Amino acid sequence: MSRHDKVDVRFENRYLNRHPNHIGMRAKNTISNTIIYVVLILMSVIWLIPFICILLQSFRVESTWQVGYVVPQQWGFDNYVALFQTDFKRWYLNTFIMALVTALFQTVIVLCMSYTLSRFRFKMRAALMRFMLILGMFPGMLTMIILYRVLKDLGLTQSNAVPGLILVYVASSGMGYYVSKGFFDTIPKSLDEAALVDGATRAQILWKIILPLAKPIVIYTILTAFMAPWGDFVFARYVSFGTSEGMNVAVGMFNWLNKDQIGSCYTMFCAGGVVVAIPVTILFMCLQKYYVEGVTGGAVKG
Amino acid sequence: MKQYSDLEYLRLSKGRKFLYGLGRFFTAGIPRFFKGIGLAVGRFFKRLGVGIGTELSDLFLTFKNGDWKTRSSYLIMGFGSICRGQVLRGLLFLLFEAVFIVYMLTAGGYWLSMLPSLGKQGPMEVYNEVLDAYTTQYFDNSFKILLYGVLTVFFIIAFLYTWRLNIRQNRIAEDILRSGKRLKSGKDDLRSLVDDQFHKTLLALPLLGILVFTVLPIVFMILVAFTNYDGTHDGYNNNLFTWVGLQNFNTMLSWSGGNKVYAATFGEILVWTLIWAFFATFTNYFLGMFVAMMINKKGIRIKKVWRTILVMTIAIPQFISLLYVSKMFAKNGLINLFLMNMGWIQQALPFWEDPTWARVTVIIINIWIGIPYLMLIATGILMNIPQDLYESSRIDGANAWQQYTKITLPYMLFITGPYLLTSFTSNMNNFNVIYLLTSGGPTNSAASSVAGTAGYTDLLITWLFKITTGAEAQYYLASVVGIMVFVVVALISVIVYNALPSIKNEEDFQ
Repeated sequence: MSRHDKVDVRFENRYLNRHPNHIGMRAKNTISNTIIYVVLILMSVIWLIPFICILLQSFRVESTWQVGYVVPQQWGFDNYVALFQTDFKRWYLNTFIMALVTALFQTVIVLCMSYTLSRFRFKMRAALMRFMLILGMFPGMLTMIILYRVLKDLGLTQSNAVPGLILVYVASSGMGYYVSKGFFDTIPKSLDEAALVDGATRAQILWKIILPLAKPIVIYTILTAFMAPWGDFVFARYVSFGTSEGMNVAVGMFNWLNKDQIGSCYTMFCAGGVVVAIPVTILFMCLQKYYVEGVTGGAVKG
Repeated sequence: MKQYSDLEYLRLSKGRKFLYGLGRFFTAGIPRFFKGIGLAVGRFFKRLGVGIGTELSDLFLTFKNGDWKTRSSYLIMGFGSICRGQVLRGLLFLLFEAVFIVYMLTAGGYWLSMLPSLGKQGPMEVYNEVLDAYTTQYFDNSFKILLYGVLTVFFIIAFLYTWRLNIRQNRIAEDILRSGKRLKSGKDDLRSLVDDQFHKTLLALPLLGILVFTVLPIVFMILVAFTNYDGTHDGYNNNLFTWVGLQNFNTMLSWSGGNKVYAATFGEILVWTLIWAFFATFTNYFLGMFVAMMINKKGIRIKKVWRTILVMTIAIPQFISLLYVSKMFAKNGLINLFLMNMGWIQQALPFWEDPTWARVTVIIINIWIGIPYLMLIATGILMNIPQDLYESSRIDGANAWQQYTKITLPYMLFITGPYLLTSFTSNMNNFNVIYLLTSGGPTNSAASSVAGTAGYTDLLITWLFKITTGAEAQYYLASVVGIMVFVVVALISVIVYNALPSIKNEEDFQ
């Protein structure tokens, strides 16, 4: 609070016949706003610090292990050079392909599923939804063992892990229809009915009326589907076990922080983190509007 | 416990009312819940029995009253449809029958016959005349027998359903012809797939994927809980595995005998899982709402910047941020080294070494992860609260705290009730946060003799993962743990879901 504010308060109090220490409404507001600003600034720092640390340490040249300071003493691109001499390129490409293909197919499947469950009233609908709710209560981890062995029989593990993982991601993606169903529910049904009266088929209604209106949720679905493979760790590790060729970035880089590698790979991990995070973050920030819409609209009603 | 009438209840003091409510919950609420389950099961079986009865009588009547086309359809699927001009439909039925018969004769019969034993002959040393030496030969494969056995059972069920459908089609066609109307042609059938039967077209692919990659594995893994499938009985390379009945559940859950340590470990991890899920859900929920309210407050500038800073952290893949933060808190990590350099502490703080420290630290870091999501969700809802509620309450002299507890919180809880439930259960299964931060450590020495060497921050789900890795992987135990997770999640969901005020008719939205 500035000096002027204090004077203001005292003047106001005398004027309104209050006790000199009484804090007026506006002053109270100023105090609480100041506190909020302090808290928000503190929070922003706490939330950003790890990422700033990663960024700064990726440029550190003088040592490759953990140190007690953040700003490098010697700056340079050594870590990035070292990064691209490892299998990182391969992992990056793998992840990118997975993300792209999964985003495409998963979006189609999720949209089919959620549109149908939102718009059609057929005999098994309620039972189907309840069944999928129950299925979702089983830990997905449990199915990894068998999926791994099935993929192995199909020859889709280790160095062929990429198509195998795509298959599994896409095939089980129908379960995640809740958010976009919530969105479709908000599009008025009277639109469909009007079109039906005009003689449109159900397929035409989907293509010509609903999809153009559903642009936010389509983008939301693409975005989340695209981002998931960058972070998938458990199943990808299971499937690509032991072969560097089939790994995605998460699996490959996880090993760099092992006890015996962290000493030599710590800053390289930071560099890799930056290379992975930048494109994903930029994409995300560009489409942020849709993400927020999807989360606030669909996630709650789900 | 005595049950009060409404009038008597209203006369009770606040404390007594609470005690009474609590007592009623245990003496009446829970029994009523289990009674409800019992009744539902009873109803289910009754309906099942009635259903089977009507189906059988229907089959019989159709055969008795039908013409020769219908009757021959009992053996040759689609025969009636083809004779009546619905060639496309009939051919599809016929094709399905042919595929089924060929499959059952070539492979299905074998898988089905082996299902009760899961294989008779494991790998064996056999004398090889060409090499003049003993070599290992492989025979049955328990894993495949179980997998394809289940698949065959699915297939048989599908066949029975289709067979029944084929007969019903005949009956319907007869009725239509008798009333003098025209039957649908193949062209009509195809057109209806993009019109009034469009939902079938749309659902076919997603449901096939779910069936093969979710339902089948889950059924398989439930069955594994009743076998001895593990690293040394992998069903092909070393030993076959076989059915063992309820033995694994006994191992995991019995409180007496030599296996007590399993039950103790399971109990300990379950309690921590519930504590974790509770704190992870509610700290995030309330702090996220708080942050959203701060940013939403009138007079706070650059709202967009504050939000963007928080939202940005969602974009960065979790494995980077979590692994990095985990190393920051390590014994020789950034934070400890920094504090020691500054001379504020002499020894490294045991963030990941001490059980209590580790548990508190994961909860705090989870707040760091979770607040941005909750902030987004809460912002959307808070903006929807009618502002005149606040204004009229202000005129009535309510302060900020009263406004929060009487308006904001009830509104939020009402809207986000289902979300809170799902976020609780998904926190119970929050693999990433725990595994990437602590890998379940520090190790719990009391539980070290148990498979998977559980640690103090292990959730059931990370423990399950640990059990399934390594050469001594005990898949059957992992499967038991998985089933228990399901039971716990389902129980919590059912109880909470029925108590939620906001379970309203979903049609209300449309």
